Amino acid sequence: MTKTNIDTFGVSDGVQSVVEDSGLPPRLRERIYRSIGERDADTDADAVERVVRRVEAEYEDNRVEPLEPVGTVSAQSIGEPGTQMTMNTFHYAGVAEIDVTQGLPRLIELVDARKTPDTPTMKVYLEEEYATEREKAHEVIWKIEATRILALGDVSTNVADMRVQIDLNEDTLQQRDITPSEIAEIIEGAMGVDTVHTGNRVEFGPDQPSYRDLLQLVEELREIVFKGLEDISRVVVRKEETDRGEEFVLHTEGSDFGSVLEIEGVDATRSKTNNIHEVYEELGIEAAREAIIEEMMHTLEEQGLDDVNVRHLMLVADIMTSRGEIESIGRHGIAGSKQSVLARAAYEVTVNHLLDAAIHGEVDDLNGVIENVIVGKPIKLGTGDVDLRMGSIGGSAD
Amino acid sequence: MYEETPKAIKSIQFGLMNPEEYREMSATKVITADTYDDDGFPIDMGLMDPRLGVIDPGLECRTCGKHSGSCNGHFGHIELAAPVIHVGFTKLIRRLLRGTCRNCSKLLLTEAEREEFTGDLERTRELDGELNEVTKAAIRQARKAEICPHCGEEQFEINHEKPTTYYEVQEVLTGDYSERMAVAMQPTEEDDTAITPPELAEETGMDLSRINQILSGEFRPAEDQRNAIERALDVDLTEEDMNKLMPSDIRDWFEAIPDEDVRVLGIDAESSRPEWMILTVLPVPPVTARPSITLDNGQRSEDDLTHKLVDIIRINQRFMENREAGAPQLIIEDLWELLQYHVTTFMDNEISGTPPARHRSGRPLKTLSQRLKGKDGRFRNSLSGKRVNFSARTVISPDPTVSLNEVGVRERVATEMTITMNVTERNLEDARRYVANGPNGHPGANYVRRPDGRRLKVTEKNCQALAGEGEADAAQVVDVGWEVNRHLVDGDIVIFNRQPSLHRMSIMAHEVVVMPYKTFRLNTTVCPPYNADFDGDEMNMHALQNEEARAEARVLMRVQEQILSPRFGENIIGAIQDHVSGTYLLTHGNPQFNETQALDLLRGTSIDTLPEPDGTDEDGEAYWTGRTIFSLLLPDDLDVEATSSAGDDVIIENGTLVQGTIDDATVGAFGGEIVDTIMKAHGPTRARVFINEVASLAMRSIMHFGFSLGIDNESIPEEASEQIDEVIENAYERVEELIRTYEAGEMESLPGRTVDETLEMKISQALGRARDSAGEIAEENFEEDNPAVIMAESGARGNLLNLTQMTACVGQQHVRGERINRGYEDRTLSHFKPHDLSADAHGFVENSYREGLEPREFFFHAMGGREGLVDTAVRTSKSGYLQRRLINALSELEAQYDGTVRDTNDRVVQFEFGEDSTSPVRVSSSVDHDIDVDGIVDRVLDTEFDDDADLEAFLDERTRPTNLSEYADRRDPAAGGTITATGAPSAEAVEVDDD
Repeated sequence: MTKTNIDTFGVSDGVQSVVEDSGLPPRLRERIYRSIGERDADTDADAVERVVRRVEAEYEDNRVEPLEPVGTVSAQSIGEPGTQMTMNTFHYAGVAEIDVTQGLPRLIELVDARKTPDTPTMKVYLEEEYATEREKAHEVIWKIEATRILALGDVSTNVADMRVQIDLNEDTLQQRDITPSEIAEIIEGAMGVDTVHTGNRVEFGPDQPSYRDLLQLVEELREIVFKGLEDISRVVVRKEETDRGEEFVLHTEGSDFGSVLEIEGVDATRSKTNNIHEVYEELGIEAAREAIIEEMMHTLEEQGLDDVNVRHLMLVADIMTSRGEIESIGRHGIAGSKQSVLARAAYEVTVNHLLDAAIHGEVDDLNGVIENVIVGKPIKLGTGDVDLRMGSIGGSAD
Repeated sequence: MYEETPKAIKSIQFGLMNPEEYREMSATKVITADTYDDDGFPIDMGLMDPRLGVIDPGLECRTCGKHSGSCNGHFGHIELAAPVIHVGFTKLIRRLLRGTCRNCSKLLLTEAEREEFTGDLERTRELDGELNEVTKAAIRQARKAEICPHCGEEQFEINHEKPTTYYEVQEVLTGDYSERMAVAMQPTEEDDTAITPPELAEETGMDLSRINQILSGEFRPAEDQRNAIERALDVDLTEEDMNKLMPSDIRDWFEAIPDEDVRVLGIDAESSRPEWMILTVLPVPPVTARPSITLDNGQRSEDDLTHKLVDIIRINQRFMENREAGAPQLIIEDLWELLQYHVTTFMDNEISGTPPARHRSGRPLKTLSQRLKGKDGRFRNSLSGKRVNFSARTVISPDPTVSLNEVGVRERVATEMTITMNVTERNLEDARRYVANGPNGHPGANYVRRPDGRRLKVTEKNCQALAGEGEADAAQVVDVGWEVNRHLVDGDIVIFNRQPSLHRMSIMAHEVVVMPYKTFRLNTTVCPPYNADFDGDEMNMHALQNEEARAEARVLMRVQEQILSPRFGENIIGAIQDHVSGTYLLTHGNPQFNETQALDLLRGTSIDTLPEPDGTDEDGEAYWTGRTIFSLLLPDDLDVEATSSAGDDVIIENGTLVQGTIDDATVGAFGGEIVDTIMKAHGPTRARVFINEVASLAMRSIMHFGFSLGIDNESIPEEASEQIDEVIENAYERVEELIRTYEAGEMESLPGRTVDETLEMKISQALGRARDSAGEIAEENFEEDNPAVIMAESGARGNLLNLTQMTACVGQQHVRGERINRGYEDRTLSHFKPHDLSADAHGFVENSYREGLEPREFFFHAMGGREGLVDTAVRTSKSGYLQRRLINALSELEAQYDGTVRDTNDRVVQFEFGEDSTSPVRVSSSVDHDIDVDGIVDRVLDTEFDDDADLEAFLDERTRPTNLSEYADRRDPAAGGTITATGAPSAEAVEVDDD
């Protein structure tokens, strides 16, 4: 902790020297400073010493026991409440309009590290000038939400002339800031047809008069994204209470985090997605770790299991990300990449692991838990990791 | 007699086996397909040859001389008539065929490429990556080479026909080569000069007669001749031919692959030569691995593996006979294929595309890989899951008189399950006494083991002599150095478990209390950690067999050490159900008790003197209040402030309950504030005493007041019923109105919803509100002393919704989170018109459970209920798998002395557990800070300490007295550490005598 930081609590040098001499971590030292600073900045050294001793005692008392099998404890602490969760996909708490996978399926999805979640969604925060005005917020929405042709006008087929006719809606065009000629251009580019546009009508048809081709064109036309991001099918604006006061927040159905962060008006520092792989690609592995913790905690909270200690979730997130990329928990991830042949064989796809091990001439050193259960040796965890030797108290080693 | 010195396995090396090694380790060659002769003796060199091990008791193994049980069995071998492919390696074989030269067998990579892949491989190995990826990349590169960079041989495409056939796709001379040549020699449109045979002969440098022979189809040109003709005539004379590679060809091919090349592919040449993937010798598993069973009628039934081996030997024999007889190639190939099939299914009988080998009954055979695979396979069932001795299982039942640390064990179990005690000078007397009691008297002994390792069964006849009573042979008397397997007695530590073992509190150590009757007896407060109830649940008990295990169990696993749950850092053991109702009745409204009553309430606890009375009633009789009585159980220096489930503020100052109702929020399991505080501030022993005494007091209290719930408790006055009917009637009208608006097309949709969805939401809301207000009306009409209300309010059991459903209105039933809308086309039941959107038609139950449901309502209710059942069933399997995966992934992680979290290979996963090294057990997950610094500062600066000792006690880390046995304390309270309140001196616990 820097000097300036301490000064803000206004404690005396005497207090400071006592506290700095202790073996406490910075977070606790800071809290002692704050607490003393609030009461009496010139508390005498004796009293400070007492505070420090007591805090140290409690700190030591509250630390995890060395050799504690924290992994198993964390796994149980997350797995056990799984039995109490629902399988139902219910509505998102605050936003009734967007369905989000919840409960056990979502937890499984996270732990599986699926490439795309079942219901991808983003929460997009806006920069100040966009966040307070509905008009401005909508500007951002049109850049995010995929606009397809049906949102812009009516499509009809003229079978007599073998033409597809689009009657564009003037108001929507203006609202979404797109012109008929732009639309015509996009259609030409995407479908390779020649278009004719007059006023708000765009027309085109197949090269050869064919009824099938005509319908085919209409189908294709519907798929074209004229504006916005292809993966995002819907955006809902809501006025929400945040630390910056009341502001507009966008909730999306579908996720394309990378593209959204680039859009003007989007506050990239606060926006979120529930797709952890996108977080990893855009913001890096530490952000992905944070996202995994947050998403898991959120899922548990939704189910009324908010009492699960975050530290358990941290451990799961850490093991999923500790190799620098997101690994799933299961056959294709952590369990499949274990060093021990026996551990892998005991998990899933037993025979293949054994055959591969034979080919590569692998040697199992029997360090882990599962291997030692298999060969019937004590496990090197907890009390199995310490050796006691007979000795005498106080005497020298000889 | 002691067995051989146990050996600890240090590491396990995996590899392929050299066929020579198979022969060397083989106890016998197996040549006969038969197993037993007519007299029932195993045939020599047959599949049941006695040299392969013994399974029948009493026989001696002809290889090692041991008897069944101690002989592990010995492998034999079958010499295969022709090599066959090992099914497990078909993909690798294909890869090797594609990546090596067909002529010189060298890897089709240039030196530079080889270097590169060797480097890649090394790096992946160091980084613990997937070796197969590198191998695949190397093969992909090698396949690109059309010509061997080493010998220049042209390479052909390899086709693999699953499972075990390989073809080389070669260009060979077509059958109609002469016609093609003739056509090519004719003049064409562009080139009108015909080529004459002499010209061709000149151009190709061949004899004219040879050319003529070729043209007439009498002679097939050799390869160089063909190439010359093709060049001269600019014609293609070849066609694709699938040349089958026989396993023997492949073996020859692989034998020539140099070791260095094999290494580049990530194959360990020392332990696994590629040619060993083609089997020439088949090991025959020992009979102990495929025991035959004798059926009741005396017939022998052979194991699936034996059946398969019989098939293999039969075909092998036929193959050899046919080959010797010089049978045509076609027949030989057929037999070869058949042999391949049998060897394939011997190893894996679930290969796709191959019909599985079946038993006579049509059941597919369980062959080698099926034995290993899956939940019931060798790995998960036999190796990861161990069976144990010294365990017992029976039904559990509640017993409020045993401490939560204890378990009641029936005598029959206690005499059957034993504990090994090593006899020393100090326990010699005890040991002899146990032995003297024999196997049937209760604290007796079942076995003794002499220092020379001989085990003797203690019987009624020899027990006196073994104990040195009467005429005894001095060498046959239990003495120092012996081991005695004595019965369980009170105070022994055992491990107790209930499945599913979802968290560590599912396995805890208890102290034994031997009791009559047949069940295990549990204190009801330990139900939450085990998730146990008494509707027929069974639990398992394990007796520990050595001192280390017993010490560990006492210190780490005893119930009182597990009061805090690591999931949320608060107590998981505490008052439940009737205990909560009891404390609620005792403290709510602070009732008064006279001396007799007060002492009766406290009789299950260690409190035997009452404090000064709180006052006197109108009759002049002294009284004590409920709070005073409850306060007697609290530690003197306890300060707690909390909010009760009922909603009032609970204040405890200096161990006295000043205000508030004691209920689930304060003494309950799952975070009862008082229990949690005592556990954290006063340690597990005090917390155990407190929980025991609260439970005991609560039971006395609930018995004092009396507590029962009947159907009349759910009835409400007539007026209230009418009010409820009105509310529901109104809701129906509101729904009708909504439907009318909708049908008139006037409904406005909510943002992001369709009109239909909006209607559904609004109807659901209206009906939900109706149920809620019906519930409120019912609630208003309940007396405060209604037992159901007491239970709901105190958090003992049930909630107000349950009450509403019982008395007022069950409410809307849901399937898939929507009103019920399935069944018939456009309607739920045939009672309704299509497209009827009304409340009735979609599963609104307006009656209460007490009134009873209409048939339609009952049906809808059953629909909703069924979904719940299905959900539960699906959930248990899903969450079980999630748990298995999580445990598998995290099981190796361990906190280290330096605060890091590492796996067993020392890979760091976290530099500090949970970012601050705080134990999730000690600190509740709901608090922001692990240490109350402000509180400490306050105390240091404000509190006057009585003396230095007091101060020191406050400042230093609290070292708590170790308490290892509740039983020992109770017998000798003086020795039991510092705690004054020892366990409840209840009737069952006192008179236990060892002799």
